Formats: sequence, structure tokens, C-alpha cells
Amino acid sequence: MPKKYKYNIILLVMLLILIVVFSNTSPFFLKLYNFKNILDQSTINIIVGIGMTFVICSAGIDLSVGSIAAFCGVIAAFFLHAGISVPLSMLAAILIGAFSGFINGYIISVIKVNPFIVTIATMSIWRALTLIFTKSTPIYGFSSGFTMLGTGSFRLLPLTVVICIIVIVLGWILFNKTKLGYYSAAIGNNEEALRRTGVSNNYYKTIIYVLSGITAAIAGLIITSKLNCADPTAGNMLEMDVIATVILGGTSINGGKGTIIGTVISGLFMSVLKNGLTINAIPPYYQQLLVGLIIIFAVITSDKFFKN
Amino acid sequence: MMKNDEIKRSPVVKICNISKSFGHVQAINDICINLFQGDIAAIVGDNGAGKSTLIKLLSGVYKQDEGYFIIFNDEVHKLTPELAISYGITTVYQDLGLVDTLDVCSNIYLGKEIVKNKFFIDRSKMLEGAKNLIKRLDINIPSIKVETSVLSGGQRQGVAILRSINQGGKILILDEPTAAMGVKESKIVFDLIRSLSEQGYTIILICHNLQQVFDISNRIIVLCHGKVTADINTVNTSEDEIVKYMSCLS
Repeated sequence: MPKKYKYNIILLVMLLILIVVFSNTSPFFLKLYNFKNILDQSTINIIVGIGMTFVICSAGIDLSVGSIAAFCGVIAAFFLHAGISVPLSMLAAILIGAFSGFINGYIISVIKVNPFIVTIATMSIWRALTLIFTKSTPIYGFSSGFTMLGTGSFRLLPLTVVICIIVIVLGWILFNKTKLGYYSAAIGNNEEALRRTGVSNNYYKTIIYVLSGITAAIAGLIITSKLNCADPTAGNMLEMDVIATVILGGTSINGGKGTIIGTVISGLFMSVLKNGLTINAIPPYYQQLLVGLIIIFAVITSDKFFKN
Repeated sequence: MMKNDEIKRSPVVKICNISKSFGHVQAINDICINLFQGDIAAIVGDNGAGKSTLIKLLSGVYKQDEGYFIIFNDEVHKLTPELAISYGITTVYQDLGLVDTLDVCSNIYLGKEIVKNKFFIDRSKMLEGAKNLIKRLDINIPSIKVETSVLSGGQRQGVAILRSINQGGKILILDEPTAAMGVKESKIVFDLIRSLSEQGYTIILICHNLQQVFDISNRIIVLCHGKVTADINTVNTSEDEIVKYMSCLS
């Protein structure tokens, strides 16, 4: 069995252990409404994590996802308030997300600036634009057609979970069944080798960041519809949670390796962890400390696991 | 009408009066070489003799200042990397150009993946193709589904050569194929090279190890200061003589 699947199984076992532990520490944990809550809360990390999996696998990083999510939420809000239909407003937001990703990808691949530098700059730029456009004031009040995205259900599942499942399936297909996935790993491990075969590394690198922008835009729409508010500070520190999720899921920070399934299991793990800690009345700043420790733990253990 | 042995002995590549300079440095000076089907031609020379420049000219990476090529009877004055590949001239560099985190099959097909419905990789066809290629060339690789990082040096060289062949390579340029390899691993590579030669591939080797050159090649082309000082059948020469040619002493 390939090592990445062994790692996924270990992660799944850790998730089950966590569920067992929290089931014993709180009577509320195993309730159906709490599980729905856990799934709902995991969707943002997982959706953005799908895009980030491609990015980190290609030995890149995207620190601008939180800012893009906020900016796209605001764009959708403007369009909705201008009377544009819900589908077109959402499409506009996604296109802006794709464009944001394109800017990142172009500067990184064609102009050849380090991804960390580029995305830390665009993180600041998109956040600033969000605050400028909104004058630092949240935008409230959308139609039920839009808020249904974040609060509605399909059968027993929250609609956010259904969207998340669609993104997971599409992400898995792209990663495992198309050149984009293969080349993400190739670019991450040996970019020169791929270039020598005649493949345009610049093209695929740009597409990877476009994908990251799109997933951030989807997250932004979900956040905005859930809150019924386009908050210019939304998505703050989202990139840290997402990076932790992706690395814990087994994608190598050095590039060349990644799994979508790992990102999903890891996203659920993080959501279960936060939910369990909250239900057991652990203060949120301790949760933040835990996320930081998990990133370090995940990098060390996954690196050692795959080296061995 | 040409007889069979004449057809066999028509050069697949003719390098005709090729010269190349970099500024005031004459790297290659009026070189003429004929390469035949099935040749295992070792290009040897001291540092700065022009070996790397020659193979980069032949693979289209550099453009010559003077001269031209005749490749499979086509006269070519402007050889590009894409054109070279289309003629079947492929290069395996010393670093092998493998993606360690992808498996053997993915590396063999890197850049040339088989696609179905225009979008999706046809993994099963690639696996079958890779298996057939490995079987045809009789290379010992434990599995085409293992990451290339776990393979030995000889096996990795084998995968890099398989990729060249899968790209349509008929004239394989191997840059130091046994660098940093032990005796056992080098033997794996040499067995593969002999097998390829027997199957009609033309192999051009850059190799610093004269003992290995004498073990594997049937021709030795010696460069010194950008000129060919010897183009000789291996059986007709000795290491001492080759060293003299490398030093421009003969």
C-alpha cells in the first residue's frame, strides 16, 4: 500500500480516537445536531484546503486565501445589493477569486517572485481593498436565496456540506486523474525535469493558484451567507488553519506529495478537535495555541514518516 | 539500389563541419562525425574539450555558428530541441530528470501522458505501456508503481532511458550514465545499453571513465580543444593511445 494511504489511515484512527475521547468528556458531543455542526464547521477549511493541497504540493504557498475570501464575499454583497441575481453575484465573486489567483500565479511563475512574498503582499492588498470598498463597515442583509447557501439543508445535510462534497469530488478527480495533479507533484519535486519534457510549468503553476483563488472565493460566499453579512475582517488567519489542515493531512511542505483524502480527514480532525474543546469549555486562545503546535507536530511527523 | 549492409551502414546522423564559439572561445571547431544505427559511441576528452557543447548542439539546445546536420537523410541547418526530439534525438542528463515522488510509470510518461476524453489520464494504458517497454528492454525494476526515489542508481538510469525511448528516442545521448555508481549498478546500465544497441538504437555516451568506455563502446570519438582528434573503433585502440589523443599529442 502506498505510504500516503498508510498515513491517511493513521490520521483516520487518530480522528476516531478523538471522537471517542470527546464522547466520554461531554454528553453533548455525540448528538446528531453536534455532528452536523462539526461537518458544517469543517467545510471552509476543507474547501480552501483542496485548493491549498495543489499549491503546497507544487512547493508553493498561498497566504492570501483569507483576504480573497473576504474580498469575494464583499463583491457578492455589492452585486446582490445592486439587484443582480444570486447566481450571477456568486459567479462574479468566483471570477474575482479566480482573477486573484491568476495574479498570484502569474507573478510567481512568469515574473518568478517567491510565492511567500507574492501572497503575503496580495494578502495585504486584497484585505486593504476590502476595507476600502466597505469603508471598514460590514454589509448586511441578503435575500434568502443567498443565505440559503450557508444555512440551508439538502435532506439531512447542511447545504455547505453538500457543496463541500462536490468540491472534494472535483478536487480528487483533478488531483488524481488529470495532468494538473501529476504536474503539481512534478513541479513541487523537480520543476526542471518537467520543463525538459516540454511542458509549460508557468501555465500549470498559474492554474494551481487560480484554483486556490476559486476555493477561497467559494469559502467567502459561504461565510458571507452564513453570517448574512459581508464582513471585511472575515477570513482573518484562515490561511493558518488551512495550511495546518493540509500539512497535517500529509501534503509535504517541501512539495512533491499530497493527498486530497488526507486534507479532508485532517479538516474533519481539526473541526472535531475545536468542537470538542469548545464543548468542554476550553478557551479559544488555547485552541489557537493548539493549532500552532499541531502545525509543528504535523510537519515533523509527516516528514519523518515519509522519509522512513 | 542500396544493399542491406549499405543501408545498415548509412549514418543516421551526420555532423557536417559544425563550429561553435562563445565569445572568443572556440568551443567546437569544424567537426565532422557520422553516427550509425546501433553504434555505442563514447565521446571523451579533457575538461573544456567541447563534449558538452557537442551534445547540446546535437540536441538543439545550442545553435551552431557554421555547418549543418543530416539526420535520417534530412539536411537540417536550424536544429531546435523540439525538432531534435521529433527526429528521435533525446538526452538523458547526469541528474536523470526524474520526479522522485512520482512512480516509475508516471516518470516514463512524464510530459507525454496518455489522455482519454481529452482531459483524463488513462492510467491503465500507461501502466500497460510501461510494462511492455520494461519487458521489451528486459530491465529489472521491482514494480512500475513504486516511487523512483526507492530505486537503485542503475534502475533510476533505466527509468530515465525508458522515458527517452517512450518519447520516441532513437538516438540516445547519455551524459555520464554511470556517474557515482558502483560496479554492480554500472553493469545494469551497460547491459541495458548493449540491449538497446542490439535493438538498433544509437547511443552516444559522455564518459570520463576510460575503463568503462572500453567496456561498453564500439567507437571512441576523442575531442581536444574543440576538434576531433580521433574517431576510432574501440577494438583498434588502447587507453594510452586515447589519452594521447585527449592531450592533442597524436
